[in-house]
Amino acid sequence: MSLYRTELRRLTKRRFTRYMTLLGLLVLAAVVVGVFFTNQKIDAGQLAQAERQADQQYQEQVRWSERDRAECEKAKTAGTPSDGRYPDDCSVITAPSRDQIEAEWFLPSTFNFRETFDETLIPFAAILALVGFVVGASFVGAEWSTGGMMNLLLWRPRRLTVLLTKLAALLTGMLAVTLPAAVLWFAGFWAVATFRGSTEKVTSGVWQSAMLTGVRGVVLVLVLTTLGFALASLGRHTAMALGGVVAVMVVGQFGLGILLSMASVKFAEAWLLPTYILAWMTKTVTLQNWDSCNATYYGECKPETMDITWQQSSVLLSVAVVAILGAALWAMRRRDVS
Amino acid sequence: MPAVLEIEGLRKTYKNRRRGTRNALDGFDMRVDAGQVHGFLGPNGSGKTTTLRTLLGLIRPDGGRMVLLGQEVPHALPAVAGQVGAIVESPQFFPHFTARDTLSLLAGAGEVPANRVDEVLELVGLRDRAGERVKTYSLGMKQRLAVASALLKKPKLLILDEPANGLDPGGIREMRTLMRNLAESGMTVLLSSHILGEIQLICDSVTIISLGRRVAFGPVDEVLAQHSSGAVRIRLEAVSDLPVATEVLTQAGVRVTGHPDHLMVAGVDKPATVTRLLAERDLYVSELAPIAVDLESVFLELTATAPVPGQHRQVDESMKVGGTGQSGAAGGGWGA
Repeated sequence: MSLYRTELRRLTKRRFTRYMTLLGLLVLAAVVVGVFFTNQKIDAGQLAQAERQADQQYQEQVRWSERDRAECEKAKTAGTPSDGRYPDDCSVITAPSRDQIEAEWFLPSTFNFRETFDETLIPFAAILALVGFVVGASFVGAEWSTGGMMNLLLWRPRRLTVLLTKLAALLTGMLAVTLPAAVLWFAGFWAVATFRGSTEKVTSGVWQSAMLTGVRGVVLVLVLTTLGFALASLGRHTAMALGGVVAVMVVGQFGLGILLSMASVKFAEAWLLPTYILAWMTKTVTLQNWDSCNATYYGECKPETMDITWQQSSVLLSVAVVAILGAALWAMRRRDVS
Repeated sequence: MPAVLEIEGLRKTYKNRRRGTRNALDGFDMRVDAGQVHGFLGPNGSGKTTTLRTLLGLIRPDGGRMVLLGQEVPHALPAVAGQVGAIVESPQFFPHFTARDTLSLLAGAGEVPANRVDEVLELVGLRDRAGERVKTYSLGMKQRLAVASALLKKPKLLILDEPANGLDPGGIREMRTLMRNLAESGMTVLLSSHILGEIQLICDSVTIISLGRRVAFGPVDEVLAQHSSGAVRIRLEAVSDLPVATEVLTQAGVRVTGHPDHLMVAGVDKPATVTRLLAERDLYVSELAPIAVDLESVFLELTATAPVPGQHRQVDESMKVGGTGQSGAAGGGWGA
């Protein structure tokens, strides 16, 4: 227990931890403030004006289509070549129906808590996961590279206990930042919706869904924190984790994406990690293959689809944690400290 | 005296596909008795730091037996670690923490009372600079901090690897006094150093290692005596008498080496024999000086690392016990 408390102290004493956490929280705050100032509450006057603008655009569309149809027929009668400007059958030139032009297009941006809050949890989790990864990597990586780990092992020779206690302290620290930040995030966007949008139809089901997305976000933060910690411990340097991520993202993901695209592989995104991260947060990501046609009863062509679910993502994240943390523990136990 | 540290047949081999196999420790033996200041000497790359790291559980041995404070390690290391203070190689600390923070975190991890931090800071002379970041410290100050960290848990056995490295002359003297005081208070000190004069001054006993094997061990006086040549330098009143004196001593069975202004004789049990032999032939001695051997010359002899003009000795070119073509490795009954 003394080691755990000491490691918590060490974590909070590190300037890098403080600055990175502060930076992450400032970015989150900037997102909330930005959303606040780019949205506004819609009143009846603004709604009526939007309706008028929609009407006005509808009338313009009608005028333009009638003019185009007339010119089309005129060109057809004169036998002037249209050079592809007009269709063979001029009657297909029609204006859109009124209901296709929506009034909300002419409304300023407004924050609807029910529809939008879930999406905001993705950048929340991503930013804190990035902070967790870097802080986790630095926490153990700097210890290895400066000799602090060796000093500690002279006091506490049980290597696995030392490494796991460090990880426990790190995860506790990240949780201590993430949970209050999540509460503030919920509160912040509730305030944004109250003053700059709408909190209508926020049922218990909506809250439940938001809470579950939030929990998955917290789990993502903890998973990436663990991976950063384990990679840096494996390489005994912070750069191992950061370099590993750059290698995976640039070579493994960007390069792989180009390769799969050139090979015209179906559902190429299914091979890319960000898809699974997104699926973890949104529960499902539906990939589409536009090079196929699934005909409907109405003669419409629908692309072939493939669902990536949060359950599949959970398997991937679990395997990553077990494999990388397992390797770090094995290396800690077996490798000489020199 | 009971042994605080015993090592028998310790082996550590490093295997590398390109560079092949290297025996860092090749059946190394060591014994340190309680309450002593024990010097641990060896050329660069001879296995000193590997021995200390292995003893402290940082490196896995390939064979042999190690006992610390009566318990076999590394198995019982968690039980004895609290009684062993150590610094291994150059002092390494997280550079952005202050000395006080560094020691306070170690004390926390080792369940040492917080007031002990101030005690050791006072002891190593860092009291007034304890609030500064370690990255601003000189090598000597880091060395003091390292010693402070080793003393933090009031160890029964203190292992120090090159503790005087980077210290100014005053600091070296303070360190020497500290070692002595600690030993007098009952602490056993194992001191690895290249400053052989220091070792000779403060150590009760030594172990000399070369290429992973012990080449000499025992009380300092005995090691010196065992490797003393027994040589005596003789000067006469008249330099012109030196050839006659050489003849007289040679006839008496004494090995004599002539020099322009003096003679060196070896194999003489009692210097008085020389004066008597010469006086009988009316040759009068103006100086009769036994040549004292020091630890440095013994070390250089035992490890075969004395510099040779025109040659550049490589790191691993030193004495191996039982090696071919080497002499004096286990002379005088010392050795593996």
